[in-house]
Amino acid sequence: MSPRASRNLGGMMARLAAALLAPMVLAHSVAAQELALDRWPRELAYDQAALQRGARLFVNYCLNCHSATQMRWNRLRDIGIDEAQVKAELIFGDQKVGDTMTIAMAARDAKEWFGKAPPDLSVIVRARNTAEHRGTDYVYTLLRGFYRDRSTLTGWNNFVYPNIAMPNILWQRQGPRSATITRTEWQEQTSPDAKDKSKGELVRVVSAFDASGNVQVSRAKAERETEATEVSLTPLDPKQAAAFDGDVADLVAYLNWMSEPTARERYKIGVWVMGFLLVFLLIARWLNATFWRDIH
Amino acid sequence: MGLHKTAYRGLMGWFDSRMPSAMNAFRAHMSEYYAPKNFNFWYFFGSMALVALVIQLLSGMFLAMHYKPDSNLAFWSVEFIMREVSGGWFIRYMHSTGASFFFIVVYLHMFRGLLYGSYRTPREVVWLVGCAIFMALMAESFFGYLLPWGQMSYWGAQVIINLFDTIPLIGPDLSTWIRGDFVIGDATLNRFFALHACVIPLVLLGLAVVHIFALHDVGSNNPDGIEIKDRLGPDGRPLDGIPFHPYYSVHDIYGLGFFFLAYFGIIFFAPELGGVFLEGNNFIPADPLQTPQHIAPLWYFTPYYSILRATTEGFLIWIAACALGLGALVYLSVRDMRLRIGVGAATAIVLALLTVPKVQLDAKLWGVILSGASAMILFALPWLDRSPVKSMRYRPAWHKVVLGAFAVAFLVLGYLGMLPPNPTRTAVAQVGTAIYFGFFALMPWWSRMGEFKPVPERVRFVPHAGGAR
Repeated sequence: MSPRASRNLGGMMARLAAALLAPMVLAHSVAAQELALDRWPRELAYDQAALQRGARLFVNYCLNCHSATQMRWNRLRDIGIDEAQVKAELIFGDQKVGDTMTIAMAARDAKEWFGKAPPDLSVIVRARNTAEHRGTDYVYTLLRGFYRDRSTLTGWNNFVYPNIAMPNILWQRQGPRSATITRTEWQEQTSPDAKDKSKGELVRVVSAFDASGNVQVSRAKAERETEATEVSLTPLDPKQAAAFDGDVADLVAYLNWMSEPTARERYKIGVWVMGFLLVFLLIARWLNATFWRDIH
Repeated sequence: MGLHKTAYRGLMGWFDSRMPSAMNAFRAHMSEYYAPKNFNFWYFFGSMALVALVIQLLSGMFLAMHYKPDSNLAFWSVEFIMREVSGGWFIRYMHSTGASFFFIVVYLHMFRGLLYGSYRTPREVVWLVGCAIFMALMAESFFGYLLPWGQMSYWGAQVIINLFDTIPLIGPDLSTWIRGDFVIGDATLNRFFALHACVIPLVLLGLAVVHIFALHDVGSNNPDGIEIKDRLGPDGRPLDGIPFHPYYSVHDIYGLGFFFLAYFGIIFFAPELGGVFLEGNNFIPADPLQTPQHIAPLWYFTPYYSILRATTEGFLIWIAACALGLGALVYLSVRDMRLRIGVGAATAIVLALLTVPKVQLDAKLWGVILSGASAMILFALPWLDRSPVKSMRYRPAWHKVVLGAFAVAFLVLGYLGMLPPNPTRTAVAQVGTAIYFGFFALMPWWSRMGEFKPVPERVRFVPHAGGAR
């Protein structure tokens, strides 16, 4: 096709695409009502100190109920924790440094106790990646999203994952918090004299949880026209809560690293590969031009 | 001595006099295969598809050395490859990215065919074999996608296998037969591994050889859509042809440089490509008791998946209207009375299956039929296109718009297939489905309408920059 014709074709295709996609863009902006997640500080991804602090938190807090069966203890040397340190400071049982991070709790028991076996955390950050959010942001928000709620089995609830089976294992580090959850939700009319039972109305439900998990619920007419959830958490000791945010950021850095310990190596080699391919491309280009010189 | 007479000397001569077919094949398919000299950008993708096939075969072989086709071990054996096997992550990403690149290259290769009429006489067999390769490729990737045994592997396979359930009478038995069990389980995983790692690769390889042989018998088409074999020089070679080797071998190596930059760029810097090449959900081990909120196949299947989902109860009446219109159009276009009766009967049957209560098939089955038809219809292309010229270059400008609309509809369907459905998206997908099928179904009429430009006698060729020196 001549360059002119192909430009025309490209232009036409672009216009067609725009016409076809226009209603979808609109639909998308209306449909996307996902809970806003806090952004995990991405600069920690390769921060050695943060990774080491995260590893310690992981071993002390997570690795009792959650396993990381794909993670060998001595691989921690990649983030600067050597075997002697692993043996002395991190392994509490009789495991060897070449073993993987398994736990003593049997999945069968866990299921009975929590209703669900805690998932293995080896690749958890990658597993929580979706088209809408990054796994790191999800875990970062989830671990900071607990509030006391006496109505649940563990006494804890979570606004990112409502009725989560996991208790807030890090609560001592975080300190007590009160929570106000404002839901605008669709309520079906249930009164017997209502004419059309399928009809309902939007109501605004405010649940105020104090730091001990006692709740006060108030209902009012909705102020907005779509369903939505707003959460506000108030720590009794803001300083402690801020320090805790830092802890969780470190922990997520570690979980992120553990999800793909080879990532850093991948980037490093990748730069060389790209360089090689650029040289390859130049040579191939020259070779091509040289051979094609005699085609008229 | 019984030795073949050879033109080569030394070791080459020794070998050639004992097995002349090796060099004969090299000459027939490389150094004395004359290809038109005016190939453009779109002609890179044939040899790239071959490279992609080789990459998949090699990387797959290394993966199979550590992969365990066992429903208890499969998921973690893939993670083992990613972490514990030296360079395992590289091999795995080569394979997962390679699958997507194979499809990208093949889709571009097929679009080239549409653009320049490469399926027209005398290349129908080349096209048919190519379509068969495409079918085998889809089977290969479907079987392969179950192997990592993640949530998406499991539930994706569940959705696809359940499609067979909708077939009347034999459906449920057929899907049980495919699974080898009443649910997707170890038996399914093992047979999918056997099919993915052994049977389909052999079929693909065989078909690729047939595809190339068939092509080299009739010669390559070109962007001008004219036959270079019609103009031979005094030496009996096409005037506009040049030996594939070395001219196109160096040319394709140059093109391969760009392919590799993109391919390895993704492998090293974005192997998940934001969840398009590797989905987050597939890093969760398969759990038969927990259905993911949103199940979508990998991107290369999403156009067909979109067509499947677009076929709702309410869409059937529109399909019926289109079938009626098409039936009437065919009826009026054919003269033969028996053909007309046949067309009338076929239309009546289709209409009955779409609309008449009790006879009508349900929307889900129609979805399966339509999404199957959307891929199978490619086989009919050589007989649907009635344009007097092959190449888009010499067809009316609005033909390009029609082809563009088709390409856009295909891409939009693919995009929609990745998203959870909602009423607006379904409506857009239905429009896309109509454009997709309209393009093919109405081709016998639209492809001969309009003013065609005169086709030149010789190919148009602008020498490369190097040629001027």
